[in-house]
Amino acid sequence: MIFKVFKKQELARLHELLAGNLIVGPVARGKDRNGKPIYDFEVISDFAELALDYTQTVHSPKRFVLPYRETLATFALNADGWEKQVDLNVRQPLVFFGMHACDINALNKLDLVLAKSTYPNPYYLGKRKTLFILGISCNPEPQCFCRSMGTDFASHGFDLFLTDLGGKYFAEILSAPAFNLLSQLSCQEPSAKDHRRYKQIANEKSRRYTAAVDISDLTKILDLEFASKAWDYWGEKCLSCGTCANVCPTCYCYGVEEQVGLDLRQAGKTRALHSCNLIDFATVAGGHNFRPTSASRLKYRYYHKHRGFVEAFEEPLCVGCGRCGTACLAEITPPAVIASVRGKE
Amino acid sequence: MRNKLPLLDILAPAPGAPRQEDPALFEYTLPAEITSIYPLTAAEKLYQIRLIDPGQRERFTFKPGQFVMLELPGIGEAPFSISSSPVRRGEIELCIRAVGKLTNFLARLERGARVGISGPFGTSFPLEKMQGQDLLLIGGGLGIVPLRSPLLSILENRSSYGRVDIMYGAKSPAELLFTNQYEEWRHFEINLGITVDRADKSWQGRTGLITELLQERLSQTASLRDNTYAIVCGPPVMFHFVCKMLTEAGLPMQKMFVSLERRMHCGRGKCCRCNIGSTYTCLDGPVFDYWSVLNLKEAI
Repeated sequence: MIFKVFKKQELARLHELLAGNLIVGPVARGKDRNGKPIYDFEVISDFAELALDYTQTVHSPKRFVLPYRETLATFALNADGWEKQVDLNVRQPLVFFGMHACDINALNKLDLVLAKSTYPNPYYLGKRKTLFILGISCNPEPQCFCRSMGTDFASHGFDLFLTDLGGKYFAEILSAPAFNLLSQLSCQEPSAKDHRRYKQIANEKSRRYTAAVDISDLTKILDLEFASKAWDYWGEKCLSCGTCANVCPTCYCYGVEEQVGLDLRQAGKTRALHSCNLIDFATVAGGHNFRPTSASRLKYRYYHKHRGFVEAFEEPLCVGCGRCGTACLAEITPPAVIASVRGKE
Repeated sequence: MRNKLPLLDILAPAPGAPRQEDPALFEYTLPAEITSIYPLTAAEKLYQIRLIDPGQRERFTFKPGQFVMLELPGIGEAPFSISSSPVRRGEIELCIRAVGKLTNFLARLERGARVGISGPFGTSFPLEKMQGQDLLLIGGGLGIVPLRSPLLSILENRSSYGRVDIMYGAKSPAELLFTNQYEEWRHFEINLGITVDRADKSWQGRTGLITELLQERLSQTASLRDNTYAIVCGPPVMFHFVCKMLTEAGLPMQKMFVSLERRMHCGRGKCCRCNIGSTYTCLDGPVFDYWSVLNLKEAI
């Protein structure tokens, strides 16, 4: 990895250099009921719109690579049958200006199942491969347990990662386009003092976490506690609304629907993200539901993320961003659920 | 100067490294034609389906136990076990109950209608390992549908297998599938045991649970340990009792196979609807050995 430092005011110039592309970044979108700013990722047209000191966005960046609804194919219907047209919906490269480590790691996890497995999903892959990701350091919020998940720092999956050292940014460079961009700024090699400052900031960040999840031996504990009363307790609270999956940066489950045009000459096939907490998730034709209770569905969500995915890819499908707990109207949070299943309430 | 990033064409071959899996093959539908329709009961029909393109027909092969996704553009897409023998290339038979949106629409189609097929997907029954052994094929209700493909393969190569027993249970005589083929199966020295939950006036056969049929069969053999394989397919409750009985009769877990049903929206390990934990019924199944099933919570 190649490192550089540059003065903070150079960042606007970096934005200017990238402005020929579609740029998505964190913007402030009003205040919540406690007066705290609400942030989300939006397409921006002006550097001033960016809120790079944002805490956390409500939604994850996944919708830019995995839209909530997407047309997979269209059919031209005719007397002899039909003709299928597939469009991967890859329109233009996208620059992500200011992504936190958790969200970068979330995309890396999605890559495992959507890009690096049998039948890679070209709709995802096309959008993912045309992303330019500029990461930015963050400060832990009360809901963040990324440190427990090993996703508090990003080691790959970005082009450029900036850490705020005070008056300047410490830049980690992971791609040729990023290197070329920085060569157009006024950059310096980091000094020994910059190295020390970088490490100091990382240490300070690590000390600031208040939420934590113990994932040691969790795959086994989940199997041991499959019949635990804890699942019923959380199942009682769960509203089966699917909000957790909606805001989750790693949830990718979906359903496919087809529609016929009113003129009966065309048809469409649409993918829509789903949630395993919704009641019909595992219902088969004829009406049998493999997970009829909200407890069984909530449990399945934890089994997929913390047991099944680990078995398949050696890491959990969770980056500890805590968005699900923040968004949950029933105030169900992964640290609380996992602690209760472990018997550590 | 503004840097415009290049748009990558992901369908273009990567320089240097040939692609292992072509992303263009993710969303495809092979045009096919319904060549025959045989009503089997009031709700189920057997559809013979043939790929239209001769090249695709030649390349289309499958193994007993695998499934295809059948698509009716604008109506929907769903997974179906293949019920026929793999001998005829590019031609398959699907036994389908009219029970949902897609299947009810399908039931109204006539011979010659165009459908879309993708696949085959999933795991298969290890018939080559089963050669020289006695076989128990145990099906309940629609569970007979995925059993028919391995059965037909066994009949085509009957002398390679030992004693073959089929145990088949349905709710009522009117719901029995493939009734016109029982004589042919028996002709190949297959022991066919059939039972129904509720008899009607014309029913001459057995009434009772499939486990009673199995009990009778088990009483004829000391142990299933050394020379028997079993394939079990049926409703979830049947798996519990039948697999338990087979285990108690000495059948090793890795010689007992089940075919599981789950909801699927892709067949390619992406939509998660068929997940059991993170095991995909579409990729790692639908055929599992009993060890895998026991190792997966909530599988049966």
